[in-house]
Amino acid sequence: MNLWLVILGMTALTFSQRASFLLLPERVQLPEFLKSALRYVPAAVLTAIWAPELLLQKGVLALALENERLLAGMVAIAVAWRFRLTLGTITAGLVALHFFDWLF
Amino acid sequence: MAAGGIPPLQAMAMSVLVYAGASMLAATQLIAEGAPALVVVMAAFVVNLRLFMYSASIRPFFAGQPLGRKLLVSYALVDNPYALFMQRFGTHPDAPGKFDYFYGLSIPTWLCWQAAVGAGLLLGGQLPAAWKLEFAAPLAFIAMTIPFLRGRPMVAAAVSAGVTAVLAHGLPLRLGLALAAVAGIAAGMLAEKHLGAKPG
Repeated sequence: MNLWLVILGMTALTFSQRASFLLLPERVQLPEFLKSALRYVPAAVLTAIWAPELLLQKGVLALALENERLLAGMVAIAVAWRFRLTLGTITAGLVALHFFDWLF
Repeated sequence: MAAGGIPPLQAMAMSVLVYAGASMLAATQLIAEGAPALVVVMAAFVVNLRLFMYSASIRPFFAGQPLGRKLLVSYALVDNPYALFMQRFGTHPDAPGKFDYFYGLSIPTWLCWQAAVGAGLLLGGQLPAAWKLEFAAPLAFIAMTIPFLRGRPMVAAAVSAGVTAVLAHGLPLRLGLALAAVAGIAAGMLAEKHLGAKPG
């Protein structure tokens, strides 16, 4: 695989995504349907990135106490919900991961 | 990125040129798995779909600005400055100082990000695996997600997308991620229609 090609492709697509609407002519109005759909993109895409990391172990759904990533993730969600601190969430999640790993 | 087998020069180039952490993590993972180049690029595109939304929602604030400024804003448009900018100006689009505020957020973010990537490339390989620091990546995404979950439609979107991503993880070419995005958007819009609650 050509790594430079990947970097170039990612650069071009990512910049286009960011510039897309910003560079539209001023008179263009976005349809309500599109605006409404776009609002849900961050919550949907971001959750889709981390949910499998918590719920799957070696590709299999793991809803047991032995899944320390799931438990630690739930601690992190609670901390993020209550305090809205990125560093606090990461720290709490890592500490919880080691705690549950030791416990079970 | 070091763990994914990307040489430091390419990793740093990716960090400066692409400047979007979530897609870089996804790409690193796929490159380590030996995925074809096109799959890596398309997965990064799906991960970065949210940038379309940032671009659309920040657009009114930069209306009538010169092209150069819009291009600079485009390059610098990442999660944290976007969220902080919208918290401050979201309800007061005409408040003064928005450009300085945006640059004041973006420049330190950029410098810290590049310094952190550089430090990670220098030190990452030497940190003990027993620390389980790789779990910091999903935790960082959790921290990014939660502030978006205001209102029941938003929660519906996140839950549907998460469940879909788990169920569809076996699909090739990271199609599960695209499918989860579609499921989440659909669930959010349906919930908005039937629960009648607009997201905050």
